[in-house]
Amino acid sequence: MALNEEQIEALRDLAEHVAAILPNDIVRSETRHQELTITVLRGSLIKVLTTLRDDSNCLFRQLVDITAVDYPEREDRFEVVYNLLSMKHNQRIRVKLTTDESTPVATATTVFSTAGWFEREVWDMYGVYFADHPDLRRLLTDYGFEGHPLRKDFPLTGYVEMRYDEEQKRVVYGPVQLKQDFRSWDFLSPWEGPLPGDEKAVDQVGAPKAGDKG
Amino acid sequence: MGVSGITHNPAKPLPPGPEQDALLKGVGQELQEKGFVLSSVDGLVNWARTGSLWPMTFGLACCAVEMIHAYMPRYDLDRMGVVPRPSPRQSDVMIVAGTVCNKMAPAVRKVYDQMAEPRWVISMGSCANGGGYYHYSYSVLRGVDRIVPVDVYVPGCPPTAEALVYGIMQLQKKIRRTGTLRR
Repeated sequence: MALNEEQIEALRDLAEHVAAILPNDIVRSETRHQELTITVLRGSLIKVLTTLRDDSNCLFRQLVDITAVDYPEREDRFEVVYNLLSMKHNQRIRVKLTTDESTPVATATTVFSTAGWFEREVWDMYGVYFADHPDLRRLLTDYGFEGHPLRKDFPLTGYVEMRYDEEQKRVVYGPVQLKQDFRSWDFLSPWEGPLPGDEKAVDQVGAPKAGDKG
Repeated sequence: MGVSGITHNPAKPLPPGPEQDALLKGVGQELQEKGFVLSSVDGLVNWARTGSLWPMTFGLACCAVEMIHAYMPRYDLDRMGVVPRPSPRQSDVMIVAGTVCNKMAPAVRKVYDQMAEPRWVISMGSCANGGGYYHYSYSVLRGVDRIVPVDVYVPGCPPTAEALVYGIMQLQKKIRRTGTLRR
């Protein structure tokens, strides 16, 4: 989304203003691709959100989304992201904080009531626990589902699949049995497999391996 | 339809043309002369069942929109006797249109169990046929035929409304071919 000069100036002013009113809480503030993102300490989340909501130069009264990102190689593997919108000043800001699997994050429902379902979704998909949440249970996954699907170590196909059991007369879960393997396509070449006379191509990506049904 | 010599096997309908015209004319004449025609019970029952096939439309995802298109004036299904019924208890066929997730699967099965015999299932779209676009997902049922027996599969993503109409006509042919009073 292209911003004009005035808007870029306003974004820079906002970054400075936010750094000034929250001096001890911001770990990092960056403006990239015309979007402002601040990383805050986990303990000061509520203070930051309340300040951003109430300060007259910010007025970020609308919480657009809460989501999370999984970086499994880090110690604090999850990064919880809050997107805020200020209708009065026509500004957007992104607030990020990091946490790991067992450290809870303070709930934002005291500041924005829409955070309720967003945090339920983050709990369901990633397993990030939100302390003092009024109703933290699963939102999107099935009722007895185990696991947190959007983590990087959760396989795409999951661990269980569903079918109908004639004896019990109801649908049941069983271990996953894929009838057809996940196929990877070589989009750069229209031909499948090595061309005749091109034995070197056996080692390239997309060449069929032994036993591949193609 | 035996006495005056007009016999016709209802499982093999004639295409439009002079033969069909002759058949219809003959039957009409017989009706006028005698006031009744003779038919087999199975033929009559199949005619009734295929002529008024009431689907319980199970529109789950995007295929539901193409199903709506099939009811709209261009490919009107109502003229073929196909009126959508919201309740499974009042319907003959269940058109599963869209992706069936694991969470929805027991509900689909329950609705299928609530339908009265004779009942058929049309699986519409690639998600209902075999998981489709989301085949490898952790929460998608890989084809509705894992939980209900399917009679006609309509391929497509989404199938055009015309393809769905073709699928319904295929089901009608299947009913004429295999249907009896007892089923």
